[in-house]
Amino acid sequence: MAQVPYIAAPSVPTINTFLNHDFRISSWLLTKDHKRIAILFMLSITLFFIIGGAAAALMRINLAAPNGWLVRSETYNKLFTAHGVIMVWFFLIPSIPTVLGNFLLPLMIGARDLAFPRLNLASWYLFITGGIITLAALVLGGVDTGWTFYTPYSSSFSNTYVILTVFGIFISGFSSILTGLNFIVTVHQLRCPGLTWFRLPLFVWGLYATSIILVLATPVLAMTLALVGIERIWHMGIFDATHGGDPLLFQHMFWFYSHPAVYIMILPAMAVESELITCFSRKAPFGYGFIAFSSIAIAVLGFLVWAHHMFVAGISVYSGLVFSFLSMIVAVPSAIKVFNWTATLYKGSIALQTPMLYALGFIGLFTIGGLTGVMLATLGIDMHVHDTYFIIAHFHYIMVGGSVMAYLGGIHFWWPKITGRMYSDWWGRISAIIIFMGFNLTFFPQFILGYLGMPRRYHTYPPDFQFWNILSSAGASILAFGYLLPLIYLPISLRYGARAGKNPWRAAGLEWTTQSPPIEINFETIPIVTGPAYDYPRVLTETQSGQS
Amino acid sequence: MARVEYLNPPYQDLDQQSHSAELGMWVFLATEVLFFGVLFTCYAMLRMRWPAAFRHGSEDLNLWMGGINTAVLLTSSTFMALAVRAARAGDSRWIITHLAITAALGMVFLGLKATEYSIEYREHLIPGLNFANLSPEDQGKPASQQNARPEQERLFMIFYFVMTGFHAVHMLVGIGVIVVLIILTGRGAYGSGYHSPVEIAGLYWHFVDIVWVFLYPALYLLRQS
Repeated sequence: MAQVPYIAAPSVPTINTFLNHDFRISSWLLTKDHKRIAILFMLSITLFFIIGGAAAALMRINLAAPNGWLVRSETYNKLFTAHGVIMVWFFLIPSIPTVLGNFLLPLMIGARDLAFPRLNLASWYLFITGGIITLAALVLGGVDTGWTFYTPYSSSFSNTYVILTVFGIFISGFSSILTGLNFIVTVHQLRCPGLTWFRLPLFVWGLYATSIILVLATPVLAMTLALVGIERIWHMGIFDATHGGDPLLFQHMFWFYSHPAVYIMILPAMAVESELITCFSRKAPFGYGFIAFSSIAIAVLGFLVWAHHMFVAGISVYSGLVFSFLSMIVAVPSAIKVFNWTATLYKGSIALQTPMLYALGFIGLFTIGGLTGVMLATLGIDMHVHDTYFIIAHFHYIMVGGSVMAYLGGIHFWWPKITGRMYSDWWGRISAIIIFMGFNLTFFPQFILGYLGMPRRYHTYPPDFQFWNILSSAGASILAFGYLLPLIYLPISLRYGARAGKNPWRAAGLEWTTQSPPIEINFETIPIVTGPAYDYPRVLTETQSGQS
Repeated sequence: MARVEYLNPPYQDLDQQSHSAELGMWVFLATEVLFFGVLFTCYAMLRMRWPAAFRHGSEDLNLWMGGINTAVLLTSSTFMALAVRAARAGDSRWIITHLAITAALGMVFLGLKATEYSIEYREHLIPGLNFANLSPEDQGKPASQQNARPEQERLFMIFYFVMTGFHAVHMLVGIGVIVVLIILTGRGAYGSGYHSPVEIAGLYWHFVDIVWVFLYPALYLLRQS
């Protein structure tokens, strides 16, 4: 697998890049460069990933034995809340859009920056402010409501730091909104000459669909959490039945955001996937239009399925039927994507380099997550496994098996572009395989546990379940080791990696026509696009000479 | 020459910049619709559950002050529209005049709103502060003549204060923006053909106005007689 044309390190003179034109701290903290802001986001969400992962590790260690030997139930409640809140709002939702999206969107459409550079920086500050407030709540004593903040427990009974946490999420929500707004305007207004909508890379379509959800769903969460805060401070009864309010109303409002939020996490992952599969198959995607429009379809349909989280909450059987049906419909565009990626592989020249291993892992894990999703959309099965580990396994297959795999795949794919250096492909492939195996060993037993009836969110369980729990905990340790590896070899590559050159993967796309790492203004002259995206025959001829 | 200095990176020309600014504002307003949408939905759901209590709440509001405020706000929107027209014509003097009238009417609205809040305070209508099942003047009366407030009127008043409160915050932001625009126009910023900031401030102001157009009937007008 050594066909990557490395360029020998010493032969390249010092080049001017967005990284080395100014080294002052203020040049980072006050930067309006989308590439630097992407790196600020990358560092912050990695930190949050480690904190959220540590909470999960403690839970898995505790669950290795049935008697809750490590933590008390109160602590356990705070652990799974911290894990959920941090991973959802401070890692997964910002992950691909704010890191890869921020870095790549202008490069991919031949622009010098996002439409509103100052707003982009504001978005990072809002994110980090919200993050610090939430972490402060964690340090002061934590929250025990679960990441869902169900009322009336969160509004009337829990005596933990609900208001502070909710406030942190409220603030970081505006970061999501501003990022989405920025992306939408950028895609509409800043495409370079000749780059029509149907010449856009599929990554851009995915980000555009994500941005629609960010802009339309996040305000609903913000206002709903504001109402929870108001209710808690002044003891009002909007979501409390004893005062005439309605707890189900909260669930409707919460899931009206939080189900589309699942698509905020998976749509960008699908977007990355489309880039990786085409590049390492050396082929244009099968059915470009279908992949592009299925992203939009998912964004739209995703708004119509929220009540499938509430089948056992007391909604009427008729709305249950409607939401069950709609939830199955939303599986159609997702399936279209999976079929198209698979068809793209057919007769492609497949290169099994690190990003491709992540991409193939994504297809397998996302398919399992998606199909169990269709199972859960069926009313009867959902009644049976509601609030069990089956649910946990299902959404981790989507959110970790899907989104995190794609995020890591994307990081490995664009790392040479972001840093200008190649990492060790051998270590990369090893870590991709370890993560894939560790992930399956962690979460597949949870499907079985859930099917057998083990409920979620308990720190103890009957001894009969111990076998599967030990498997799951063992898998988690392998998974953690797998995640640790990129944290070691990627930084090492910054110093010792070979220079990457413009286009180490021989990939199509405007971002590969500029230098690595790019100059501060991305392109010396704004490019002009004359052909379709993914024109691999042309790209391969052009990069044949070894000039990359 | 005057036009070039308004061009900010990453834009290639002023048209692109203006279109981006306008699209950005429209997208932001879409966000705002969903933001207020939560409140309207929750309000509608709970109003359907407790129709009598919510109607009693509507009747406790000051219909006249709400009505006058509606007229004040609609008039302010007219002047905002005139300011945008003046900006398109490049007439700084009229931009400033119309914007000043808009902001002044906005202040009148907020003043009346504050007066209303203080009346409601005296009527013991503020949940979490002094909400009581009897208004002060009813307290001295014999039980048969009292017009007792239903228990769930509290819910109505919560929505009243949260919705008009968030709306008032949006008004304050709008007035702040207008003041900045007046200062910038005074320095000659929008007299020479480039006027996107006035245009998008106008969009925002009209949106805040429209929110009130829905708030007023939903809160004040759903009452008997």
